[in-house]
Amino acid sequence: MAEEPLIRWDWIGRNADRIGGLLVDNVVMGLAPVAIGLVVALPVGLACARWRRLYQPTVGIINVIYSLPSLAVFVLLLNVFILATMPIVVVPLTFYALAVLIPAVVDGLGSVPDPVRQAATAMGFRPLRRLIQVELPIAVPVVIAGLRVATVSSISLVSVGALVGKGGLGHLFIDGWQRQFPTPIIVGIVLIVALAVLADGVLILAQRLLTPWARARRTA
Amino acid sequence: MITFEGVTKRYAGGTVAVADLDLEVPNGEITVFVGPSGCGKTTSLRMINRMIDPTEGRILLNGVDVATVDPPTLRRGIGYVIQQAGLFPHRKIVDNVATVPHLLRWDKRKARERAMELLELVGLDPGLAGRYPFQLSGGQQQRVGVARALAADPPVLLMDEPFSAVDPIVRTSLQDELLRLQSELRKTIVFVTHDIDEAIKLGDRIAVFKVGGHLAQVAGPATLLADPADDFVREFLGRDRGIRRLSLVTAGEVRLRDDNLIAERTDVVEARDRDAPWLLVLDKDSRPRGWARTSELPAAGTMAEAALTPYHGFGRDDSLRGALDAAVLSVTGLAVALDGDGRAVGTVSREDLLGGLHG
Repeated sequence: MAEEPLIRWDWIGRNADRIGGLLVDNVVMGLAPVAIGLVVALPVGLACARWRRLYQPTVGIINVIYSLPSLAVFVLLLNVFILATMPIVVVPLTFYALAVLIPAVVDGLGSVPDPVRQAATAMGFRPLRRLIQVELPIAVPVVIAGLRVATVSSISLVSVGALVGKGGLGHLFIDGWQRQFPTPIIVGIVLIVALAVLADGVLILAQRLLTPWARARRTA
Repeated sequence: MITFEGVTKRYAGGTVAVADLDLEVPNGEITVFVGPSGCGKTTSLRMINRMIDPTEGRILLNGVDVATVDPPTLRRGIGYVIQQAGLFPHRKIVDNVATVPHLLRWDKRKARERAMELLELVGLDPGLAGRYPFQLSGGQQQRVGVARALAADPPVLLMDEPFSAVDPIVRTSLQDELLRLQSELRKTIVFVTHDIDEAIKLGDRIAVFKVGGHLAQVAGPATLLADPADDFVREFLGRDRGIRRLSLVTAGEVRLRDDNLIAERTDVVEARDRDAPWLLVLDKDSRPRGWARTSELPAAGTMAEAALTPYHGFGRDDSLRGALDAAVLSVTGLAVALDGDGRAVGTVSREDLLGGLHG
């Protein structure tokens, strides 16, 4: 039997459209949970920071969900959504993102030095304005550190969804494995890593632009 | 004027931070709240701008009960300087200083101009305006904190241990700067510290608090040192309160003698007739050259040929402590009073310096 080469460039050319479609799916299903997660984590994190008693129970619930095997959740949701559509992946990944983002928001607000908060109050900031103009901006570096972890893991976790029929670039792994054909597997890995690195780079850039004042300080 | 009327702060659990405080803080002066930790001095300060509300009693600011004023509105009219400066790390220095003008919706350009003006007032290079707080030293940050508190020109300034986190040399210069500012601005300042030396240096009036939130004594620094109200105050002032008192009296009033001043062209024969063991030899401009011992003058010639011992001088604006220091340093036991141009005006002995204290 002839040795199968690690990569067949002609296969990539012939399947460019399909790979492109899976790539877009992967981007959407990877980023949507982080975006939704951030929108949810902000108010929940604010509530947890204000009423500390909420924090432990909230993190506890989120962590239980986080500990469920992702495949089991996908299969379970398959019964809920019946068809293999995007929510089947986006919903569980959103919970995973929350598990990282809620503590990031709480820690971010916790990173506001006490004298700064007191000074803001003493200068005559009302609570909402203090939150928006002082506390949230100072929390940004810690929140972005959380966003980076959530984004990278979300992009790569999408591929597990391939086992239930909706997994972006993950389909290339199943494809290659079933046919003992390495090219799609390698293409999938390279693209997922490239996506993750790109997304991380964008976030690092965003942090540099948003927080020029934090350059010489700690990041998390 | 800030008036505390029967103010008590009791926390849940029964801890009393401030107990039935009656106190008047006069306008245009620095009133220092001093005491050991847990004495309620900071709590009392924070009740003025309603960072903390009293359990009982009331606080009047120029006759108005602060409890009737919306806290953020009240606070925008009261400058506040906190320990460690508490600058906003995400805002440039100029924006930090312009915080309250922004809150008061001043015109942006006016706020900025005011901020630049204040940086200069507190002795900072306006070139720092575009920097972030982390790029400044602790002392510079604290100056920015003072500028920020002064930005909207509030009549009242609350300072909560503002200089305690910087090193002693920087602290001294910040204190001097505050006194210089105050001589121009005449704000009503309440200054909290646990450092009695700082209190004596800065305070026009000093309120000494003792643990449990009781006021032990309110007095000017000289009275406080000369006449402590009780053992607590005496102990808190420390063992060298007598020496400290010398810092509060200027040397301008001490009685000087001038019969031991002698021009260098004077003949030694004539000098030997003076009734003094030491003679201060002056050059032709009346500036002192040094001390000559009368018993060891050369046999003939002028005073210019006498062997000289170094002298130690003090200025008219120096404290009695400075004058005494000069007298102690000199082997003659005499300090030389100098005028603004360095000319000798007279001399004074350590005995006379100390005797003057009780006169």
